[in-house]
Amino acid sequence: MIQGIDYAAISPPLILAVAAIGLLLADAFDAPRRVLSLVSGGSLAAALIAVLALAAGDRRATFCLPDGLRSGGPRSCSYVADDFTLLFQGIVLGAAVIVVLLSLQEITDSKMPVGEYHFLLLAAVIGALTLVAARDLVLLVVALETLSLPVFALAALRRYDGTASEAALKLFLVSVVSTAIMLFGISLLYGATGAMHLDRVAPALARLDADLDPVASVGSVLVLAGFAFKVAAVPFHFWAPDVYQGSPLPVAAFLSVVSKAAGFAGLVIVLALGLPAYGHVWGPVIAVLAAITMTLGNLLALRQRTAIRLLAWSSVAQSGYMLAPLAVGANRLPEAVAATTAYVALYAVMNLGAFAVVIGFRRRGPVSGRWDTLDDYRGLARRSPAVATALAFFLICLAGLPPGVMGLFAKVVVFRATVAGGVTWLAVIMAINTVIGLYYYLAWAVRLFTPSPSGEHYDAAPGAGVRAAITATAAGAVVLSAAPQIVLQTVSQVT
Amino acid sequence: MLALPLAGALAMLVPANRFLRTDFAVRAFGTAVSAATLLVAVSALTAFDFGATSRVQLEIDRAWAPAIGLRFHLGVDGISLPLVALTALLTFLCFLYTLRHPPEGGRTRLLTALLLVLEIGMLGTFVALDLVLFFVFFETVLVPMYAVIMLWGGPGRRAAAAKFILYTLLGSGLLLAGMLLVGAQAGTLDMTALAGRHGSGLPHGIQITAFALMGIGLAVKAPMWPLHTWLPDAHTEAPTVGSVLLAGVLLKMGTYGLVRVALPLAPDGARFWAPWLGLLAVIGIVYGALACLAQRDLKRMIAYSSVGHMGFVLLGIATLTPVGINAALFGNIAHGLITGLLFFLAGSVKERWGTGDMDAIGGGMLGTSPRLASILTFASVASLGLPGLAGFWGEVLALAGAYRPHADLPRETFVTFMAVAALGAVLTAAYFLRMLARLTHGPSSPRSGPVAAVSPQEYAAWVPLIALTLLVGLWPKTLLDVTTGPVRALFGGG
Repeated sequence: MIQGIDYAAISPPLILAVAAIGLLLADAFDAPRRVLSLVSGGSLAAALIAVLALAAGDRRATFCLPDGLRSGGPRSCSYVADDFTLLFQGIVLGAAVIVVLLSLQEITDSKMPVGEYHFLLLAAVIGALTLVAARDLVLLVVALETLSLPVFALAALRRYDGTASEAALKLFLVSVVSTAIMLFGISLLYGATGAMHLDRVAPALARLDADLDPVASVGSVLVLAGFAFKVAAVPFHFWAPDVYQGSPLPVAAFLSVVSKAAGFAGLVIVLALGLPAYGHVWGPVIAVLAAITMTLGNLLALRQRTAIRLLAWSSVAQSGYMLAPLAVGANRLPEAVAATTAYVALYAVMNLGAFAVVIGFRRRGPVSGRWDTLDDYRGLARRSPAVATALAFFLICLAGLPPGVMGLFAKVVVFRATVAGGVTWLAVIMAINTVIGLYYYLAWAVRLFTPSPSGEHYDAAPGAGVRAAITATAAGAVVLSAAPQIVLQTVSQVT
Repeated sequence: MLALPLAGALAMLVPANRFLRTDFAVRAFGTAVSAATLLVAVSALTAFDFGATSRVQLEIDRAWAPAIGLRFHLGVDGISLPLVALTALLTFLCFLYTLRHPPEGGRTRLLTALLLVLEIGMLGTFVALDLVLFFVFFETVLVPMYAVIMLWGGPGRRAAAAKFILYTLLGSGLLLAGMLLVGAQAGTLDMTALAGRHGSGLPHGIQITAFALMGIGLAVKAPMWPLHTWLPDAHTEAPTVGSVLLAGVLLKMGTYGLVRVALPLAPDGARFWAPWLGLLAVIGIVYGALACLAQRDLKRMIAYSSVGHMGFVLLGIATLTPVGINAALFGNIAHGLITGLLFFLAGSVKERWGTGDMDAIGGGMLGTSPRLASILTFASVASLGLPGLAGFWGEVLALAGAYRPHADLPRETFVTFMAVAALGAVLTAAYFLRMLARLTHGPSSPRSGPVAAVSPQEYAAWVPLIALTLLVGLWPKTLLDVTTGPVRALFGGG
C-alpha cells in the first residue's frame, strides 16, 4: 500500500537530514572545517525558514491512516505540523543555531572531530523536530530516541577526557531506564485502548471499562518517565550536573535548552492530546514531581561553587517551574499548556544567554587552569563591562525580577495557570523557591561587580561565534523584556 | 499628565549616555529630573478634582498583553494621590541632599540611575490599577534598593542587602500567588473593577486564603512584627538617601497595598484575619518601642521606631472602619514626612560625628550645633506624637478607630488592643525623650571638635518636610478630606 507523503510538512527535518548526511560525506573527503560549520548552521537556518513559511500556511498533516483502515474514527495522522508544532520547531531551531555558534570555538579547543560533531548535532535536532510534531505513541518514542542517542555520543566526543566518558555513560543509563519504563507504560496504554494514535487513545480512555481503569492509570503515569528524563525532572534528574560538567559546554547548552524544550513539547502533547481523561491521576503526580524538582534543584544549586554545576541544578529547578502548570490535570488544561509553552520559550532565550557567557568566559581563561568557579567571575565587570552586564541581566531574568521583565512575566503566567487550576499549595511552594533561586542568581551577579582578589589577566578574547551568540540572546532578552506580550500573544493564539 | 513614571524612565536612559562628565553634573541632572517629576506630581495635584476624590482620575488604560488579560491601567484617586506627591517630594529632596553630601562609594552615575528607577517603581506602585502591573512595579523597587544598600552601605551591608531582598521577595511571591488566586476566581485583574464588587462572587474560603497570602506578602514590606527583622539592618546599613526612601516610601507600599489591594479584593478574608492583624500590630508597637529603648545606634533606633509607627498604621487598617483606614493613610503620610526627616538628620549627625552610636556622640548638641539639635528635637517630638504635629493624628485616629471597630469584629479585643497601643505610645515618648536627653542636652563631650554648620542643601531638604509636618499637623483636614471619600467608597458607602 502506497501512502502519499506531504513533503512540505516534513521539510524542516528533511532539510536537516540531507544536510547531516552531506556533512558526514564531506568530512570523509576532508572538507575544510569552516565549510562544515557553515553547512551545519546554514541548514538549520534553512529549516527555520521552512518553519516560518509553513507557519504562514494552513495546518498540515501527513502519515495519516489510509481510509480503508480508519474504520470511521478520526484522521489519525502521525506527523502534524500545526501551530503548536511549528512554534516549538521554531524554538528548537533558533536555539540550535545559537548552539552551533557556540560550538565553533569549542570544537577547535577540545580537538573534537568537526564533521561528526555537526552530524550528531543535526541528528539530535531532527529528533527534536520530529518529537514536537509526533502525534502517535510509537513516533514519539522513536523521535525521543533519535534525540537521545546522538547526545550520548556528543557528550563523549572529547575522547581523551575521563569525565566526558563518565557523563555519557550516566546519561545513557538514565536514558535507557526511563525509556524502558516509558515503553512499559505505552504497552499498558495500548493494551487498555487498542490504539497508538493520540486522537484515538483519548476517546478510548474516556469510555474505558472500570476493570481496565488501574491499568490505564499506571500506564499514563509510567509514560511520563521518558519525558521526565528529557526535562531532568525528579527522579530522573541526577544525570544533569555531571553531564553538564563533563560534556562539551555547547552540548550542555543543547541539553538544557533544545532537548528540554522538545521534552516539554512531547510531554504536553501526550498529556493534552492523549491523556486528558486521566488528568486526575497524572495531575497530582506532576504536582508532587514539580514541587520536589524545583525544591531539590534550588537547594542543591545553592551549594554549588562552579558556574556550570550551578546552571545545571538551576535548570533542574526551572524544569520544576515549567512542570507546575501541568499539575492542574484536566482542569483548565489549555491555559496551563500555554503557560508552560511561554515559559519554555522565554527560558530558552535567557538560559542560552547565560550559557553563552559561561562558554565565552571559560574559553578566555588559561587552557590548563580551572576557570569556572563562581569566584573567578569576580571583577568581570571591570574587564569586560558589556559581557558582565549581559550575564547579570540573564541571571536577573532567570531569577524573575525587574528589570528582567521577561523572567518576571514567565513566572507570572506560570503562577497564574497554577493558581487558576486550583493548585494553590504548589504556587506557595513556587513562591518560596523563587526566593531560594534569587539568592544564588544574585550572589553570582554580585560577584561580577566586586573587585577580583588578584590581578589575573586573560589573553584570548571570546571568538566571533560566542560574541554573536551573546549579542543575539541579549538582544532577544531585552526585546522580550520590553515587550513580553510578543511571546504571550503568540503562545495563547497557538494553544 | 501621567507621563510621570515615563519621565523617570527616560531620565534613566539619559545618564547612560556619557554627556555629563563630572559627578556634580550628574547629581545636578538627577536633581533636575526629580524636580521635573515633582512638578508633574504637583500639576497632577492641581488637576485633580478634589470634589470627587473617590473617583479614579487622570486615568490611562491600554491593553498590554490581552492574552493573559493584562492591561496597562494607571490612575490616581484620593488614596494614592498623597502618596504620589510624597514620593515625588522625598525623591527630589534626596537628590537635593546628595548634591552636597554624596554617599561614600563614588559611582554617582549609577546611583542617580538607580534612584530614578526606584522612583519609577514607587510611583508606579501607587498609580497602578492592574494587579499584575502593581506587582511589576512592586518588584521594580527591589533590585535598585538592593544595589543602593549593597554598593553605598555601611560595613554590614552585604548581609543587610541580602536579608532585605530575600525577605521582600518571599513577600512578593506570596503576594503574587494571592493576587492571582483572586484574579483567577474573579476573572479580571483590574483593581477598580474588583474593588467595585466588594468581594461578591468569591467563595469565603478563597477569600481567607487569598487575604492570608496577600497579607503576609504586604506585611513583610510594611513591616509587621514578626516579619520586620530585615528592617533595622537595612536601615542601619543603607546610605542616608536609601534610608530616607526606604522608610519614607517603601514601607508605605506595604500598607498602601493592604488598603488598595487586600481589603477591597477579599473583604471576607479581611474580616476573618483582622483580629490577628490587630494583635500583631499591637505587638509591633510595643516591641518596637521596647527595642528602641535598648538601642545605642541612632539609625537603628529610628528604624525600630518605624516598626512601632507602622504598627499604628496596621492597627488602623485592622479596625476595618473608615476612621481606622483614614488614620492608617494619615499615619502613612505623617510617618513618611517625619521619619524621612529623622533619617536625614541621622545621616547628617553620622557625617559630622563619624558614628551613629549615641554614647560616642555624647551630649550637648544644643551647645555645639544648636540648629541641628533644634531640628532633631522638632522631628523627635513630632514622631512621638505631640498634638499639633503630623504624628499625633495618625496615632489618635488609629486608637479611636480601635475603640469602635467594625461591627463584625470583637470589640473587647480591640479595646484591649487600644489600651496596649496607648501604652506603646507612652513608651515611644520615653525613648525619644531619652534619645534627646542623651544627645542634645547635658555637657558636650570634650573630644568633639568644631562641628560643621547646617549646609544650605540640608536646609533645603529639611524645611519642606518641617513645613508639611506642621501643616498636616495643624490642619489635618487638608489630608483627611482627600482620603475620606475613597475610604467610604471602599466600604460600599457613598
